[in-house]
Amino acid sequence: MKRPGVLRTLAVLVATALTATACGGGDGEGGGQSGGSSAPGVTATTVTIGSHQPLTGPAAPGYSANSAASKAYFDYINESGGINGRKIVYKVVDDVYNPTQTVDVVHRLVLQDKVFAIFNGLGTPTHTKVLDYLNAQRVPDLFVASGCGCWDQPKKNPYTFGWQPDYIREGKILGQFIKEKYADKKVAYFYQNDDFGQDGLKGLDKYVPASQVAARQSYQPGGTDVGAQAQAIAQSKADVVVLFTIPTYTALFRLAALKLNYKPQIIVSNVGSDPITLTGLLESYAKKGGTELEGNPLIQGIITNSYLPAPGAKDNTWTELFRKIHAKYIPNLPFNGNIIYGMSAAYTFAQALKAAGQNPTRKGLVDALENSKFTGPGLVPFAYSKDSHSGYTGAQIGRIKGTSVVVEGQPLVTDAGDGPIQPSTVQQPQAPANGVPTG
Amino acid sequence: MVEFVNLTLSGITSGMVYAAVALALVLIWRATRIVNFAQGGMLMLTTFLAWSVIDRGGSYWVALAVALIAGLALGAIVERIVIRPVENKPPLNAVIVTLGLLVVLQAVAGMIWGGQPRSYPPAFTIQGFKLGETGLLLSPFDLFVIGAVAVVMVALILLFRRTDLGLKLRASAFAPEVARLLGVRVGRMLTLGWALAAVVGSLAGVLIAPSVFVGPNQFDAVLVFGFTAAVIGGLDSPVGAVVGGLVLGCALSYVTGYISSDIVTLGALAALITVLMVRPNGLFATSAGRRV
Amino acid sequence: MNLQTTNPQPKNARAHAPLDRGWAGVVLRMLRRHTLLRHTLLAVVAVVALAYLTGAVSPYRDLQIAHMAYIVCAAAGLTVLTGLGGQISLGHGAFMAIGAYTTALVLNHWAWPLAAVLLAAVTVTAVAGFIVGVAAARLHGPYLAGATLALAVGLPGLVSYEPVTGLLGGQNGLSVSPSPPPLALGETFPLERWQAWISCLCAVIVMWLLANLTHSRLGRSLPATRDDEIAAALSGIRVARVRIITSVVAAACAGLGGGLLAVVTTLAAPGAFPLTLSLQLVAAVVLGGLGSLAGAVWGSVVLVLVPNWASDPDASAHLPHNVASNLPALIFGTVLIVVTLLFPRGMQGGFRWVGRQVKRRLTERTG
Repeated sequence: MKRPGVLRTLAVLVATALTATACGGGDGEGGGQSGGSSAPGVTATTVTIGSHQPLTGPAAPGYSANSAASKAYFDYINESGGINGRKIVYKVVDDVYNPTQTVDVVHRLVLQDKVFAIFNGLGTPTHTKVLDYLNAQRVPDLFVASGCGCWDQPKKNPYTFGWQPDYIREGKILGQFIKEKYADKKVAYFYQNDDFGQDGLKGLDKYVPASQVAARQSYQPGGTDVGAQAQAIAQSKADVVVLFTIPTYTALFRLAALKLNYKPQIIVSNVGSDPITLTGLLESYAKKGGTELEGNPLIQGIITNSYLPAPGAKDNTWTELFRKIHAKYIPNLPFNGNIIYGMSAAYTFAQALKAAGQNPTRKGLVDALENSKFTGPGLVPFAYSKDSHSGYTGAQIGRIKGTSVVVEGQPLVTDAGDGPIQPSTVQQPQAPANGVPTG
Repeated sequence: MVEFVNLTLSGITSGMVYAAVALALVLIWRATRIVNFAQGGMLMLTTFLAWSVIDRGGSYWVALAVALIAGLALGAIVERIVIRPVENKPPLNAVIVTLGLLVVLQAVAGMIWGGQPRSYPPAFTIQGFKLGETGLLLSPFDLFVIGAVAVVMVALILLFRRTDLGLKLRASAFAPEVARLLGVRVGRMLTLGWALAAVVGSLAGVLIAPSVFVGPNQFDAVLVFGFTAAVIGGLDSPVGAVVGGLVLGCALSYVTGYISSDIVTLGALAALITVLMVRPNGLFATSAGRRV
Repeated sequence: MNLQTTNPQPKNARAHAPLDRGWAGVVLRMLRRHTLLRHTLLAVVAVVALAYLTGAVSPYRDLQIAHMAYIVCAAAGLTVLTGLGGQISLGHGAFMAIGAYTTALVLNHWAWPLAAVLLAAVTVTAVAGFIVGVAAARLHGPYLAGATLALAVGLPGLVSYEPVTGLLGGQNGLSVSPSPPPLALGETFPLERWQAWISCLCAVIVMWLLANLTHSRLGRSLPATRDDEIAAALSGIRVARVRIITSVVAAACAGLGGGLLAVVTTLAAPGAFPLTLSLQLVAAVVLGGLGSLAGAVWGSVVLVLVPNWASDPDASAHLPHNVASNLPALIFGTVLIVVTLLFPRGMQGGFRWVGRQVKRRLTERTG
């Protein structure tokens, strides 16, 4: 390097400094509160909340619709007057499912945008890296979009709440079903090798005897095809295959099984079983059949577990409500399980905000949740209390029929430990007529 | 035994897919000495166009034709507009431009079609052949893929070795000044090289789509493994691209089947390093000595 | 025939204007002659400026400065490797991963003082750089690019491999407790500013070391090995040795960058080191100006600020969901293309050009 380069090298550091100052100029304390607000992010007319989501990149498929659905629901509420007279402003920033960016995005939302709460931040590897920060800053961290059991640590993380049932609970319920219905059959597992699949297997293993499990195969998302794993499972001659997979890999496994002419009973945990998404992914293979069946023949009869109404459910007031909102605000996105998920989570947030009262504070929001008895779109109750920050406590077994999931038996609830599985005693209520939580 | 056969078959099929991408990369390398990282984005876009045709009720073959024609046009446009200015600049500039293009293409596709992957039909059934009771990981559609890639490889070899056009293409890439003096319209040859490569890429996209779905990021892994395959084979050689693809495909399949699916990408690294340790310019390096 | 980087630097044709005489002139001349002194002085100036800056901005901007600073470390190392040495690495993110994981493990298991932890990260990564350097010593151009790319893609997969998942935390990776600012700074001293201090101090040290290195005998032999290996060998340069040393230096810088990443973002996880990171580092080096250390700074600033600026949720609130989601990527990709096309020698090259134009105008007017 020549001299002028070096001379400038460090001069540039100074210039950088100036650039950053220029950028950082107005925004330092700019987002501060105007008088009379009860908490950061709350004004007389608005409540601002934020989220980190994978909107682009390899992890985006499917998930990118969640936040759009939540936003649509908030827009709907805002149009009917908001919650306690305040409109909900929902800021979603892309973190590409990269934990480094999650940290950056969450700091930005908290420090720069001064959000009242973080809502529905997605992913275990991502969100675990901001847990400490959010709790140290006492920012409510509601309804993390992941089924990791780690959100439920009210002592250590008093401001963090889970929402969807954790994967261990899901695994337990599916495991018990297998134990009862397929007691003498060989079982194989195909799972995503991260906390999602591993926790799911933990739950399964609590009920399915190890001797019954003929094969355990895993995959890494974004990798190569799953032919090798599918053939190992086919060779094990398992009669039942349990999938803890995301929808793309459910579809890939289904195709590999088709290729191998292997026809086991397939059981898929909730995450990977949305019939609308699967129908879309496998669409081209269904048309070959010639006859126009309702739904995709390749996924008919797949067993799964549900904790929310199915997008294809008929005569369900919640599905009707969400379908109406979807048609009005986000008609271009497919109406699938992700839409139901995003809107249901937003509904729960609206409930919590309403319960936090006329002048919500961060602590007040957390207290309201701990003392809540919310019922909503879910088929099972929440666990929220002083001692538990778990969300939905169970699920109901269902079967894919057409483009919907038809639930059977009773909704089941359990814990993430060795507790028993019991029928739920709480009924799913009807959706409120105007779609806004009453309290 | 069944396991070995199936892993090998699976490796060959996915290897041929990597080979298809590798062929496109080799073509562009031969034409302009540029590694085209936008290849994954370009073939994604043309496959999306083909998907749109099928979605509107068009036939498989019409959609394929649309993809190939779109590829031809896209390749030429890209070369003319963004590649031409960096052709005589430091090679890394071209790398960054193609990377930028990849990001742009993925963003545009995401804007138009959204992030949700779409289903793409195979040309023939994917139901595998059977050996007695056991299903094989080989279907009529796989045979079609293998055949199509083999045909493209042979066609490229013939193009470069036996035709006047191929000679001009090579001359424009290796010695543009001399070629220009001899009356070859170098600029046109470079454009043609990119256009041809993009056509091969588009074909690869349509062949891969049924097994990875169509989405903005669905071809990322294929591009990485395609590049790896091209490097294993030696970037100058179409035969190398195919052999590289097969080596890589089988290596990945065996690693998944016999060791663990978790380290499948390390398998790719191991395969690549092993080959490059022995032959630093790939298996089918045309020249032993390095030209500086 | 290789994808070798050719020298983007123009010969220094700057004619020194007859500067002011007197003591100022003496100082300037002394600084010109004594590189070490000059670099040290500039480093001190940089430290003072950065200390002032980090105190003047909001905590979030401090965090961004910390991000930029650790990217500067990695990018500056890559500048020496690629820009001056001509070795293309598309896998520099892998070294950052090694540095980050080393930092996280040492901090979590032994709780060494921060400086020792970062030194450990540098050492471990340097060893990795040595191994890769030896393995890649015979590789050139796209083959080297391919091998390093495979490294960046392959290495993060290791965390899920059964025997080491317990240690490395699998796909979730490791969380690191933040290193709190010393109490001497006061109880309300923002953590983000402390992190920015650590990160910036390291970046300045790296720049100082690399600036001196590029002026050393080794540094001056680098462009020779890049431009013509055979001629360099004939003139007595031990090419393989130089290349391995460069590889070690670049890896060590990236390891420090990765270690700082772990300290600043309090994590080490496979998802933090995708192939995109490696490619962005190369982009930073090329955007800033290949072969120029100052360029590494510019490139890092662009890399952090542009996506951040582009992803303002307020600005895109009225757009359809799919368009709003992809807009930041579209902007970033366009910036990569446009800057590379407009400034083939990077931003630093662009500034020099502007500087020359201004100077010419001035001399024309006065002369």
